Amino acid sequence: MSSLSKSERYNARLGLWLFAIYLALYLGFVFLNAFSASTMEQPMIAGLNLAIIYGFALILGALVMALLYGLLCRSEAAPDKTDSPEEAGQ
Amino acid sequence: MIYDPALSAIIIFFAFVGGALGLSFFLGRKAKSSEGYFAAHGQIPWFVNGIAFAGDYLSAASFLGICGMIAFYGYDGFLYSIGFLAGWIVALFVIAEPMKRLGRFTFADALDAKFDSRGIKGAAGVSTLIVSVFYLIPQMVGAGSLIKPLLGFPHWAGVVIVGGVVIMIVVTAGMVSTTWVQFLKGSLLVVFSTLLVFLLLQRGFNAEPDAFATIGPLSADQLNESTIGDRAVIQPTNGWQEHQEFIRLERDDDKGFDIFHVQETEDDDQYILRQAQAVREVDQTLLIDGSPLGTEPNQKQLQPVGTVSKLPGDETSSGPQGPIEFFNTIRDSEIVLWRNKTVLHEDGTKTAVHYQKLTPGNEVLRPGEHKKFAGIRKPEFFGKLNFLSLMLALFCGTASLPHILIRYYTVKDGAAARKSTIVGIASIGFFYVLTLYIGLGAMTSGAMDLTDTNMAAPLLARSISTLLFAIISAIAFTTVLGTVSGLILASSGAVAHDLMVGVMGIKMTETQKVRVAKIAAVVVGIIAIVLGILFKELNVGYLVGWAFSIAASANLPALVMLLFWKGTTKQGIIASVTVGMLSSLGWILLSSDTYKGVYGLDESLAPMPFSQPGIVTIPLAFVTLIVVSLLTKPKQQPSE
Repeated sequence: MSSLSKSERYNARLGLWLFAIYLALYLGFVFLNAFSASTMEQPMIAGLNLAIIYGFALILGALVMALLYGLLCRSEAAPDKTDSPEEAGQ
Repeated sequence: MIYDPALSAIIIFFAFVGGALGLSFFLGRKAKSSEGYFAAHGQIPWFVNGIAFAGDYLSAASFLGICGMIAFYGYDGFLYSIGFLAGWIVALFVIAEPMKRLGRFTFADALDAKFDSRGIKGAAGVSTLIVSVFYLIPQMVGAGSLIKPLLGFPHWAGVVIVGGVVIMIVVTAGMVSTTWVQFLKGSLLVVFSTLLVFLLLQRGFNAEPDAFATIGPLSADQLNESTIGDRAVIQPTNGWQEHQEFIRLERDDDKGFDIFHVQETEDDDQYILRQAQAVREVDQTLLIDGSPLGTEPNQKQLQPVGTVSKLPGDETSSGPQGPIEFFNTIRDSEIVLWRNKTVLHEDGTKTAVHYQKLTPGNEVLRPGEHKKFAGIRKPEFFGKLNFLSLMLALFCGTASLPHILIRYYTVKDGAAARKSTIVGIASIGFFYVLTLYIGLGAMTSGAMDLTDTNMAAPLLARSISTLLFAIISAIAFTTVLGTVSGLILASSGAVAHDLMVGVMGIKMTETQKVRVAKIAAVVVGIIAIVLGILFKELNVGYLVGWAFSIAASANLPALVMLLFWKGTTKQGIIASVTVGMLSSLGWILLSSDTYKGVYGLDESLAPMPFSQPGIVTIPLAFVTLIVVSLLTKPKQQPSE
């Protein structure tokens, strides 16, 4: 990805980190379901079982991480200080 | 079930469809160039594009299929919601910005940006077509299901209407109008689903006696007598002798028989008979409990189902529910679910017997009730592998669906692509939370149609108000219209732009290219209509799982490796797309689900050990790409 500007490279790396975190959460859910389905029935919070809590958490987590990504990403149109003028704004 | 169409429903329905068409014509006038037709000149505002993502994505599969699966099996349907949403994380974090940077009109453009190879355009174009067609089938099936109760037309008429209207939208319009239709429909869907959930929570649960009789408890000896409760037992012959769990009793009128399912009780040697419903097709006539389907005096129809048999504290009504209390009430209740068995007769016909299954509420809130997911509760490894495979395909599939990918070309830059994806995730995620409420609400609404799992959400709306039913159905129908337009647009782009210009090298002016794309849209539309009629009995959510598997196997490995591995060669990409596409398609065609559901063959004959291909075919496509790329590596690295 050598042709990318610094901000693009930063965004791509940030994206991959967040992706890795979410992937771990998702895999946890899938493997619990597949290999320990009875764990998912255990009541956790406010009488709700783990299946519902974890499921809702995955949906909410996707939104939170998406917003986080949106906030942390550097914009290409308004280059940050580390970008050289030639690289910026492409 | 037989539905009486309501006038208000028909008026609202036509107003919606007319509005969508009018908007489409109005906006479509300007789209004369390929830029305008395929990519809306890259001028769609990011917020509108984000909601349009939701419009594209929340297809019949989400609204009808997932809600239906939850309504009949509980939590399992929600696993699709989770997988579908998680897939957006791949789209946002990995694919969105590079897609925008690399491509122009189609998915093949992005794959081919570095190489300019006919082979890549060809393979990617064909895979776009195949995925789109597989995704189109469930949309068309959903449309057919909707039209039946709404307008009283048969299933095929619904499919033909959707096909016809969509072909008109796509031919007259293009990406600008498709996007605005999707935006409106996405907003309406989320708003009215929220209203539906609100009304559902206000209503709470009712445990009222349903229309079905219960006899007993009886001892085993009493079950074997020639009369039960003064009614004569029909002797089990003609296939019924294989199913001693069902007992048919004569009626004193000429309306067929009453059928009961024998169920054990907690006491030894004591049995309860709960009424069941039998559907048999003989010479294209449907028989319900042995009597022709209809509303005349000597005819019968299936009774609506889906009730709470016992509420906590044996109350008859729960009163309004809070969002958490809703689940806790279900957990402590007893729900009547319905399952079915098939009785084979000597003349080759079949009877589907639908019988009651009293289920503790906590069991509908946990995974593993649906037979496709039951594998996770069994020790066999293949069952677990099937589940893992599906969840992998859902995760990887979203970011490789052609009609989602092309939406990245309708905004102006990478930042706008990113922002619109975030808006998409917010609206789609919110909707998926609602699916669990809608599905479980439908399960206990007393309004479910046993023969059509896809109608759960609209029928739930009908149990609340006819007007709401009309609105929800009309939205669901425009949902189908919108998604189908997007898919047909993606396919026509693949034909005109990738295959004809890219592969065959036909030189075309902009206007000619748009014309060819429109002709392709008509052809793909007709194919979709035919397949929609053929596949009418399958749950649309399940069908969409297949489209995801093919998309994830054919498209994702090539896209990801192109972005992240410098050693990728064009031969590697071509091989990966081809192998991923053919292996996943082949696997599906040879799986037990297809044997049973599509060919009508014995499922044990199917050669594949489990039904969902993703866990094998996605890694296979990755490996293919790496091996072929290494074998075809240029001797000297290019100097750049």
